[in-house]
Amino acid sequence: MKALTWQGTNDLSVEQTPDPAIRNEQDAIVKVSQTVTCGSDLHLLGGYIPFMRAGDVLGHEFVGEVVETGPRVERHKAGDRVVVCSFISCGRCWYCKQGLFSLCDNGNTNPGITEHLWGSAPGGCYGYSHALGGFAGSHAEYIRVPFADQGAFPVPDALDDTTALFASDSAPTGWMGADLGGVKPGDVVAVWGCGAVGQMAARAALLLGADRVIAIDPFRRPTGRPTRPRRRGPAG
Amino acid sequence: MKKPTAGGAVSTVVSLGTEALGAAVSAARRAGEAIRSGASHAGETEPRWHVMTVCASAEEVAPGGKLPEPLARLGDAIDTRLRPASGERGTELACRLHDKEDAGPPGTAEPVTADATVQELRTALRQAKALVETGEILLPDRPSTNRPTVTGRPLDKLIEKAQGEGRL
Repeated sequence: MKALTWQGTNDLSVEQTPDPAIRNEQDAIVKVSQTVTCGSDLHLLGGYIPFMRAGDVLGHEFVGEVVETGPRVERHKAGDRVVVCSFISCGRCWYCKQGLFSLCDNGNTNPGITEHLWGSAPGGCYGYSHALGGFAGSHAEYIRVPFADQGAFPVPDALDDTTALFASDSAPTGWMGADLGGVKPGDVVAVWGCGAVGQMAARAALLLGADRVIAIDPFRRPTGRPTRPRRRGPAG
Repeated sequence: MKKPTAGGAVSTVVSLGTEALGAAVSAARRAGEAIRSGASHAGETEPRWHVMTVCASAEEVAPGGKLPEPLARLGDAIDTRLRPASGERGTELACRLHDKEDAGPPGTAEPVTADATVQELRTALRQAKALVETGEILLPDRPSTNRPTVTGRPLDKLIEKAQGEGRL
């Protein structure tokens, strides 16, 4: 299959790579229909996360069609349209049972790396370095989805792929920001940063009943330079 | 006052980028050194307990006293202890390698605290927890999409040991 691969700092290329295979009984293989680039992919691209190997497939936000399932996958079958959470979690460890899925104890096959760095290991993540398990990402024709019953969600027929796609990462991340901020009906909410997640946080605040949302971001001129504050009133 | 210039802004960005890259390289070096030297158990003179909290009851962890297969394989080489975890988080599963004297006549056996043996124990503990909690041991992707590179060799070594190392 074809996939977008990391070859080195600021060096990506589309390559022919081996098709993914079912490795565990709770795996599914998904044919990717849409995949999107996240701002955090820039950290990998820029070389700030030094646990990438040449040939790693990028991408962790995607929607697609199930084409194969392991014998212990119960909630999905070939042909189902699914949107998949970017983090790989088991759903059964203590962290998962608290809803802290990104801290899953069983989703990262290389826990020793981050335990040495940070004291504990997060769960796995698609296309996000070998510190998070080294799982191939979604900028590819097909992807392996471990613990598919936990991390893949059926897309209702009424939703098209583009609408469902952002449920993979940026929409819930924005929602979490608004939720953690305790937004409630009637609030005035300020959101710093109007990238994809910031816009999702602003939208989430409105859905949670905020009366007014103020989005704050530098306005850039066509030259790419930020504007400087302009003095109003008589020149001094 | 000196006016900021586009060049200045670029230098600042480059400078920030270099600092971030430096921090990243430093992080990789720290992890690499720790794993290569077995820092999590360096200086230990006798076997210590390695503990994992399993989100399950003691009976589910070891039904009828039978340990999960990854630990059972280690047989008499380890001591095992189960006790309720605090905060109703399940069961603490603790394992310890026998000390040298228990392992056999001096000079005939490898030191039981050797890195390789401790790594085997950590791996078995992690796998036992995964089996009890999820019913399977998550495997890495294969076939790999990676290609070997000279600069990637240190990371390849880290990955090889990443199951058996850590803070357990």
